[in-house]
Amino acid sequence: MYFEQWNGFNGGNWTENIDVRDFIDKNYTPYTGDGSFLAPATERTKKALAELERLKKLEQERGGVLSVDTTTVSSLCNYKPGYLCDEDIIVGMQTDEPLKRGVNPFGGIRMARSACEAYGYKLSDKIEEYFRYRTTHNDGVFRIYTDEMKAARHCALLTGLPDAYGRGRIIGDYRRIALYGIDKLIEEKKKDKQKAGENFMDVDNIRLLEELYQQINFLNLLKEMASMYGFDISKPASNAKEAIQWTYFGYLAANKEQNGAAMSFGRTSTFFDIYIERDLKNGVLDESGAQELMDDLVLKLRCARHLRTPEYNELFGGDPMWITESIGGMSLNHKTLVTKNSFRVLNTLYNLGPAPEPNLTVLWSNALPGGFKKFCAKISIDTDSIQYENDDLMRPRFGDDYAIACCVSAMKVGKQMQFFGARTNLAKLLLLSINGGVDNVFGTHIGPQMGPIQDEYLDYKKVMERFTVYLEWLCRLYVNTMNCIHYMHDKYAYEKTQMALHDTDVERLMAFGVAGLSVITDSLSAIKFAKVRPIKDENGIIVDFETEGDFPKYGNDDNRADEIAQELLVMVHNELKKTPAYKGAIHTLSALTITSNVMYGKKTGATPDGRKKGEPFAPGANPMHNRETNGALASLNSVSKLPYSSASDGISNTFSIIPDALGKDEENRIANLVTMLDGYFANDAHHINVNVMNRETLMDAYDHPENYPNLTIRVSGYAVNFVKLSREQQREVIKRTFHEAM
Amino acid sequence: MKGRIHSFQSLGTVDGPGIRNVVFMQGCPLRCACCHNPDTWDFNGGEEIEGDKLIEKIFRFRSYFGSDGGVTVSGGEPLCQAEFLTELFSGLKNAGINTALDTSGCIYNEQVEKLLKYTDLVLLDYKYAHAEDYLRYTKCDIKKVDLFISELEKKNIPVWIRRVIIPGLNDDESSMLQLKSLREKYTCIKKIELLPFRKLCIEKYQSLGISFPFEDIPEASKEKTEKLEAEFLG
Repeated sequence: MYFEQWNGFNGGNWTENIDVRDFIDKNYTPYTGDGSFLAPATERTKKALAELERLKKLEQERGGVLSVDTTTVSSLCNYKPGYLCDEDIIVGMQTDEPLKRGVNPFGGIRMARSACEAYGYKLSDKIEEYFRYRTTHNDGVFRIYTDEMKAARHCALLTGLPDAYGRGRIIGDYRRIALYGIDKLIEEKKKDKQKAGENFMDVDNIRLLEELYQQINFLNLLKEMASMYGFDISKPASNAKEAIQWTYFGYLAANKEQNGAAMSFGRTSTFFDIYIERDLKNGVLDESGAQELMDDLVLKLRCARHLRTPEYNELFGGDPMWITESIGGMSLNHKTLVTKNSFRVLNTLYNLGPAPEPNLTVLWSNALPGGFKKFCAKISIDTDSIQYENDDLMRPRFGDDYAIACCVSAMKVGKQMQFFGARTNLAKLLLLSINGGVDNVFGTHIGPQMGPIQDEYLDYKKVMERFTVYLEWLCRLYVNTMNCIHYMHDKYAYEKTQMALHDTDVERLMAFGVAGLSVITDSLSAIKFAKVRPIKDENGIIVDFETEGDFPKYGNDDNRADEIAQELLVMVHNELKKTPAYKGAIHTLSALTITSNVMYGKKTGATPDGRKKGEPFAPGANPMHNRETNGALASLNSVSKLPYSSASDGISNTFSIIPDALGKDEENRIANLVTMLDGYFANDAHHINVNVMNRETLMDAYDHPENYPNLTIRVSGYAVNFVKLSREQQREVIKRTFHEAM
Repeated sequence: MKGRIHSFQSLGTVDGPGIRNVVFMQGCPLRCACCHNPDTWDFNGGEEIEGDKLIEKIFRFRSYFGSDGGVTVSGGEPLCQAEFLTELFSGLKNAGINTALDTSGCIYNEQVEKLLKYTDLVLLDYKYAHAEDYLRYTKCDIKKVDLFISELEKKNIPVWIRRVIIPGLNDDESSMLQLKSLREKYTCIKKIELLPFRKLCIEKYQSLGISFPFEDIPEASKEKTEKLEAEFLG
């Protein structure tokens, strides 16, 4: 095939087949310099930014939601075109006005209804009426949930399940629209459908045919949506502005269709760089113009919103979207994938100020150019807005065109999708094992019924024997629950736009997760190395523990504790694999909590490590707060021991350090942070959020939120506006370990 | 052999170049009025650790040392455990790890001489310019420090002179000129760092039940030390 829009590009497999990776490989220009070429925000950008800031302020004043369109069901062509300002360069809003939220009841009508009510709106009768006759994903799931699944959900053994909202975590390869145009994509999908029509019509094939029908249907709608904004995207993009616009339209359509928990953007900056370089060469764009394009794209991404309930915010604090954009990394040919546009997208944090979205994620490799490493470190120190993930660890598994969904989940773009699996609470499972099938917070009887352990002191071997039994039971239940959820999500809320931007023959991952890893590790360590006496209530249920003596704690590079954490991940992953996952998905696992570590803690009784009932867990794979006595690197060493092979959906670590502990001046801080990241990732660690800030700043922001509208901090796998967190979440963040030894 | 350490800090960025492990040794013969680690004075405090265990521990952080970093031994007074540190430093040097000694320079003997063979950098805490201040505020004879530095000069071991700037005590012109003349006299001095006097240690003193002699002296600002550096050492 050939399009005139491709003039000037080198050919390759990509001109024969849908193959964006090959296009990038054959055409991009690696950049090994520093950030000195970058351009500041233009006057137009500043005006557009001021408008967004104005709206955000208003949104905050109105309790977090600017306005809601309660009469329209969110979809691709259901709203009139919306604009941020008159001079938008990249266009497209989710609804007809910036920051106005749409309702998306396909996940669940109750969720949509109560989200409206939470902000003083009422879902229109029209929508209520319509969904009276339409099954939602949530309806479907609850039709088939077993009593045991409901009980596990009720006592928060399984939590954050995507059974009432969009599961998200799927990244459409939005770049395909720019490179090939919609018509070509439709043509390919039609061929796939034709081919599938020749197969034996079993359930899987019939479902595939219907999915393909829906994909094609929505590609047509996507074209229509773009035409409402005055663009014809049937053909490939012919310049940088169009490439960004076409790609953004794909993302926008996905966001209109789905209210997925994490709606990530992919890995676009180096792809865009190819178009920008061509335009620069042709003299139709200059550096300021290139930066302006990226600034405007990011402004549009910062406008993305979904309507959520307060309960949802308790899990995922700060109104996050996880518009994750993956930047940098190395190619399979050992060339860096860093381009000038990798710098430009990061430079938006200077031109537009720090912000949580998009969730800018640097794919770190030891071999990244030094200038880029330093630039990233400087941005971390200045903005606390970016995260790092180990490209050298992921590239062998996912190739060189993967992207991160949500916080830490890697996927080959357009070739793999994911069934988001929320997480299970391991600390609670330990307590359930010790109590022999009674949850000591909710009183729920669940799992094998053995009654509480009767020993005066807990015996490690005995506890582990029990825990193994309960883990087997739980993992089977967990996989089965996920299978129910994802079957129903496919049936009633299938991601038509996003899946249209995947290969038809897609590989599926089912991403399970654990919470409370450090709590259960330290608890088991206490049982093993100290003396733990269970304390019972009047009903004979163990509700507290007295721990005599000291014990090794995770986070101090002490193998005695760290090995427990390592083994737990291996155990959980192995157990999960025993139950087949829906659609033949591959079982993966993460140690990631988002901000739900607070909620998990709230719903979990006292633990043998000395954590009191209701106290927050540490986030993700972090060691528990303030138990690290050997300093920051010892903590990093403990985390980096966790086996990515058992937790390939990601191991999240949030690291906070005061500026003075990182070095005495900016130059030293940058150099030290680069060295630290190199060292951490050389040890096969997977992920790190970096905050360089003083605790006092957070405490002042806690007391005077009005003075800190844009204070951004990294939490578990994403960044938030600190002031948008709940008071409880804010307190937890303040309590966390800040490495401050000097 | 065994050494007695106060604590181990895996991430140190202000005691020598790059990222460093900092080992705080237990025990100090001086009683500096400005000391911010009074909990390291007692020779019987802290915990004992075998040299090879400590080396093993440090090896686990090698990936973080990069091209500039390594290990700094601080204290307490590390020179009081010179034999143990000789074992430690020789082990580290064998593995190509940079070694730094953060010391008051108050001891010089055969054992210290051995230790210096394995020392890449000395951070010399040269506290006051004048002999009477030295004696009064540290209980140490300034001659010992001068002897130490002249030995370093002979051995050509790079030295960073560090001085905590305490308002009213060592921030005057004559003190600063003394630093300047030191640098002119000794080619081994590669850098002079002025650190602002801080009082973060007050809680430590309180918990040990001893009074902090400089409680009433105001902290020095970073701006002040930077200004002094620019004026006298720039």
